[in-house]
Amino acid sequence: MSILYGLYHPDEGEIRVGGEPVEVDSPSRAIDLGIGMVHQHFMLVPVMTVTENIVLGQEPTSGALLDVREGSRRVKELSDRYGLAVDPDAVIEQVSVGMQQRVEILKTLYRDARILILDEPTAVLTAQESHELFDVLRALKKDGVSIVFISHKLNEVLEISDRVTVLRRGKRIDTVPTEGATEESLARLMVGRDVLLRVDKDQGRPGEPVLEVEDLHVRDTRGLEAVKGVSLSVREGEVVAIAGVDGNGQLEFVQAIAGVVPPESGRVLLGGHDVTGRGVRATTDAGVAHIPEDRQLCGLVLDFTLAENLALREYRSPPISNHGLLSVGEMNERARALLKEYDVRGGEPGTLAGALSGGNQQKVAVAREIASNPKLLIAHQPTRGLDVGAIEFVHGRLLAEREQGRGILLVSLEFEEIRALADRILVMYEGQIVGEFPPDVSEEELGVAMTGGGGGRAAA
Amino acid sequence: MSATEEPEVRAATPASRLAAYVRGGGVIVPVLTTLLAFFAGGLVMLVTGKDPIATYEAIWRGTGLQWIFPWTTGEDRTLAASNLQQTLIITTPLILTGLAVAFAFRAGLFNIGGNGQYIVGSIAAVWVGSSFADMPSFVHILLAILAACLAGAVWAGIAGLLKATTGAHEVITTIMLNWIAVWVGVWLFSLGGPLQNEAQKSIPVSEDVVEGARLPVFWGDPVLQGLHIGLFIALFAVIVFWILLNRSTIGYEVRAVGFNPEAARYSGMSVGKNYVLVMAVCGVFAGLAGGIDVLGWQFRIATNDIQEVQLGFFGIAVALLGRNTAVGTLAAALLFGALISGTSQRNLDPTIFEPSLAENLTFIIQGLVILIVSADVLVLGLVRRGRGILGRAGPPQASAAGEAEP
Repeated sequence: MSILYGLYHPDEGEIRVGGEPVEVDSPSRAIDLGIGMVHQHFMLVPVMTVTENIVLGQEPTSGALLDVREGSRRVKELSDRYGLAVDPDAVIEQVSVGMQQRVEILKTLYRDARILILDEPTAVLTAQESHELFDVLRALKKDGVSIVFISHKLNEVLEISDRVTVLRRGKRIDTVPTEGATEESLARLMVGRDVLLRVDKDQGRPGEPVLEVEDLHVRDTRGLEAVKGVSLSVREGEVVAIAGVDGNGQLEFVQAIAGVVPPESGRVLLGGHDVTGRGVRATTDAGVAHIPEDRQLCGLVLDFTLAENLALREYRSPPISNHGLLSVGEMNERARALLKEYDVRGGEPGTLAGALSGGNQQKVAVAREIASNPKLLIAHQPTRGLDVGAIEFVHGRLLAEREQGRGILLVSLEFEEIRALADRILVMYEGQIVGEFPPDVSEEELGVAMTGGGGGRAAA
Repeated sequence: MSATEEPEVRAATPASRLAAYVRGGGVIVPVLTTLLAFFAGGLVMLVTGKDPIATYEAIWRGTGLQWIFPWTTGEDRTLAASNLQQTLIITTPLILTGLAVAFAFRAGLFNIGGNGQYIVGSIAAVWVGSSFADMPSFVHILLAILAACLAGAVWAGIAGLLKATTGAHEVITTIMLNWIAVWVGVWLFSLGGPLQNEAQKSIPVSEDVVEGARLPVFWGDPVLQGLHIGLFIALFAVIVFWILLNRSTIGYEVRAVGFNPEAARYSGMSVGKNYVLVMAVCGVFAGLAGGIDVLGWQFRIATNDIQEVQLGFFGIAVALLGRNTAVGTLAAALLFGALISGTSQRNLDPTIFEPSLAENLTFIIQGLVILIVSADVLVLGLVRRGRGILGRAGPPQASAAGEAEP
């Protein structure tokens, strides 16, 4: 995709637009050719207004001055035409993620894009916002715009597309018409074998509580209260899922439990011991493992070897180290065993973590945390950005740990994941638990609760 | 499936960029960097109307490095031995100040304060070394060296502490601490200062280090500034550096913090504590350098010495050229040591090149090294292009001596 948009250059092969071979050597050339791209991570200037972001680079001018009113007018015209509701004068950092995405789409339309590339556009949206996005895309399609929709969510692909091309490890595997394709058939193409899309899970046998959280309040990095009085408990052999739209306090909640940040008030008990605000090390020693949301930023040291990464939890104790001296042999041996057990591909103990694919990096993070033999495993977005094969593996692994009697706190934005794994679903909205649901809840019902409407069937 | 093959989003800490740089070109890049710097230095000589080849040859002779070749005999050999002793005397503190910068780099910190740490180390050593005249020699030397290490550690530790507690950037604080060290030193030894020489009231200089506290000379004439055992202390420090960094849990944390402080924090490491610790260790290396120089051959500090010393800054070039590895730092220190002594008044033949001008040449080459290393992308690009032409060739490896060769 980056090659199509002129960010990277192809080693060989050619790109044709409208039948003509073209050379896309820069994003501005791509724009000239009518190619527009909406990146997974938005490319917006947070302190500028919606209009300013849209016209950036092609500002309408009167004389030498920026003509804000003209810009506003054209933005309004485009947004009305395709139902892309935005407030032209709002500042980007103050509008919702959904609106930011609409701004990104408007940006491309403003530049007369006829080919629109969307990279994982629904990853940051709620179910409702996704439906709105699909309506917009259909309107664009009717208007003659070609759309490349990149996603790993099979149901969305089936809903929005006309044709599906499956890529695996940088190769095109097949292109099939959407009509007649099923989730199972696409998954088979993606992984090359049959995939269990629904994990079979037996009835849980929850035991004693391992985690008890009482009236927890946490402030975020800006000093605002992000978690406002959350209480919950996780029992042995139980998967408790926290569902919610991103940015509703999940990150701060998880950080406070794992000891990464101290909470403002409230208590965190692990197996009855109070570890509130005692730091990561004490929390780890009390039996908590934590698969962080962002494996590249928080979960792994990409410039470390796999052996070094796998030792991050246990480097301070024998046999990995003795009297402050590391045993490299021991680290490698342990790494070799874990890499095999967790089916990490493309890496030896001495390989740098940064050289692995995202899925394999995640397996390394998962392996390390589970190998620390925790009582409570916090899995924050454990399958973010993974392909179906890796998702299947991680899900299977988490359920196996549940069987072992570990308590699992799953924080996820993926409805399918939550429904597949959870024994109980708690919905977090604006820093509070607003409802509790059984795993057979419908997506609509959960979606309503996630956006602050209605209570749970069985209140928490 | 763009989502599964995320582009390498890297936390761009200095250490991770450095790691990429180190992986980028093996030993070729530093060798190429050196050659480029020497080439540019040669151009400077051409512009001034001198013969670069003859000048480099004279500098080479001035380093005394030809002593290692068995065919250097007779009077040549005697002279070479004496020159090589000077080269190694200057290499010794360069190794240590290089380690002081390299260790910080590995933790993602930029220690520009090597000079200040060197100065406080030398002040502590001269103070202890010139007091306690009756102490047994071994104990006295040990005490003076420990004082130098401690002074450096405290001095650098201040910068680490400020970073850990207030977030003050270490580049700013270490530069400021350099100036504080300089002027505290000048005050201590200037006329009427608290540590000024009692016997020579009119000279702004410290007391002399007593005989018993001086480092033994093992090669050459002790009276004519022979080579003292400080070299072995520096070599030992290189080994300590390597073990500490690569084989200890401390070094493991240091590297983790350097590569990715966030992941380190998530693993239960205290990033702030590591910053203080790392800077203190850097200070030990640089302070040790100052102590060894005072106890090994200077024996006294004059106020103008303090204002002129550059060894901490040379340490930056040494670490950068040595890619912050133990062996690399050692090799780069020898290169710079050879350059400094090869262009010195005492060693360079004035009929070929004016030594006072040649000293500047050292600075030019030092500057070019830093410039080229900073522009590593350029050099890596050249290497890559070169590989395209030469197949997968490239110089197999360069020994320290080979690097020093013009």
